[in-house]
Amino acid sequence: MKSFKEKLTERVFLLIALSTLSVLALITVFIFIKGVPIIAKVGIINFVFGMKWAPSQGYYGIFPMIVGSVSVTLGAAIIGVPIAICCSIFLAEFAPAKLRNVFRPAIQLLAAIPSVVYGFWGVLFVVPMIRKFLGGPGLSILAGSIILGIMILPTIISITEVSLLALPRHYKDGALALGLTQWQTIHSLLLPAAKSGIVAAIILGLGRAIGETMAVIMVLGNAVALPQSILDPVRTLTTNIGIEMGYASGEHQQALFATGIVLFVIIMLLNASAQYITRKR
Amino acid sequence: MRMNANTSQKIAKFTIWAAALFVIAILFSIIAYILAKGIPMLSWEFLTDIPRDMGRSGGISSSIVGTLVVTAVAVIVATPFGIGTAIYLTEYTREGKITRIIRFSAESLAGIPSIVYGLFGFIFFVIYLNLGWSILSGGLTMAIMILPTIIRTSEEAIRTVPQLYREVGFSLGLTKLQVITRTVLPSALPGIVNGVILSIGRCVAETAAVILTAGSALRMPDSLLSPTRTMAVHFYILAREGISMDNAYGTAALLIILILLLNVGFNMLVNRFIAKGR
Repeated sequence: MKSFKEKLTERVFLLIALSTLSVLALITVFIFIKGVPIIAKVGIINFVFGMKWAPSQGYYGIFPMIVGSVSVTLGAAIIGVPIAICCSIFLAEFAPAKLRNVFRPAIQLLAAIPSVVYGFWGVLFVVPMIRKFLGGPGLSILAGSIILGIMILPTIISITEVSLLALPRHYKDGALALGLTQWQTIHSLLLPAAKSGIVAAIILGLGRAIGETMAVIMVLGNAVALPQSILDPVRTLTTNIGIEMGYASGEHQQALFATGIVLFVIIMLLNASAQYITRKR
Repeated sequence: MRMNANTSQKIAKFTIWAAALFVIAILFSIIAYILAKGIPMLSWEFLTDIPRDMGRSGGISSSIVGTLVVTAVAVIVATPFGIGTAIYLTEYTREGKITRIIRFSAESLAGIPSIVYGLFGFIFFVIYLNLGWSILSGGLTMAIMILPTIIRTSEEAIRTVPQLYREVGFSLGLTKLQVITRTVLPSALPGIVNGVILSIGRCVAETAAVILTAGSALRMPDSLLSPTRTMAVHFYILAREGISMDNAYGTAALLIILILLLNVGFNMLVNRFIAKGR
């Protein structure tokens, strides 16, 4: 029989463990309380699909920012996902042990570099390159996509590598014994077998890209307009908050929280689907 | 036409190696550039003088202090909660509804963007709890942000502790709590320390969440309720507003050096622990 004291400690640990849930609830409640009134006032359709953002005149339409966020995130995925998958295959299958022990911490380091440093590096190198070779202002969807494409690498690489390494050893041995080359084994057997892990990795990478603020504030140009090409400047949901939160008040501030709600909902959907995919296995 | 198996193997091998080297090259170029530009700026005066003229001249001592204290608050608050949660998940319960809820919450917290933490910290700590833009508001916001990391790393570390350790503890008549504190936690310590160090790195690197909660005041903080400007925020403001590129490079170099020390230092620590364990 458990003593009273043991039961009490168990309860205390349960309470501590439920702190994650309470904090999550607190975040949700406070962001919604602050942001929902302005959405109710403007109307959700006008807020989400409105083309004009002019807080001083009472226009709160965030559609250009949604397009901005989606386009930069897709761009980041197009650039980052192939590189990330190659790197995880490198780690799981190709790298000699010595190199692996250097490469893995290097990827961790990539994740540890402050996002403002990435943004700064983008302003110094990526933006001028785009301006010089492709034209336009340089501050653009493309610049943001390149920076985010690099920043999402660690997320995708580590999860993909884990799911590749989690595959049963005999998959590979069997395939190699059948005379398949290493690459045939990887692309016809290992990658499909690790598919759910890879998809979850990509989704989490997308979440990281769509949520990034400081790096993209510096390289996107931040114009509130529908972009015509990948060389145009855009503003994302995150940068909208990051730029204007410093001086906003009243309805304007509420509208930034409402922008946060949209971001929050997108992220929670991405998270939930990634969690669903990994659990389904 | 199908490609010859050997040709495709060669092409794939080349592409994969190229991708890996490309990523290393980018990492190296970022770090080398910042260090090359910033290290010449680092002097004793730069590290110990307070910023003058909006950061155009003077040093960054107040930002260094602000960064360290915000980080300390975050780690001191988050670590007990993180380890406690990990203990509950591993030692006190079977997988079931409650663990699913806790895990879902932790994973969701891990995915929430830092700017959303900033919004929450601002409305909850700064406004609602009336802590103002302060070290405390910033530290508490960061504590929530790093909580999932500490939970995940501690849980992984505790799970690797052999079941035998617990059984021996119980057979000696220890209570469950004693088994946890005397045998499980000490052997899980390297992994837990790993999580804490990762979290310190995140606090040092964070900008979006702290700028909205700790503010961007340049003066030397004198209490937990003082506003402060962490190094990452200082770098951001200097670089973005073009106040002083030299001081921006200096601040960035110090940030990068800190991050490198945390990462490399940790790896050395782990190797030492592992060596000791053998």
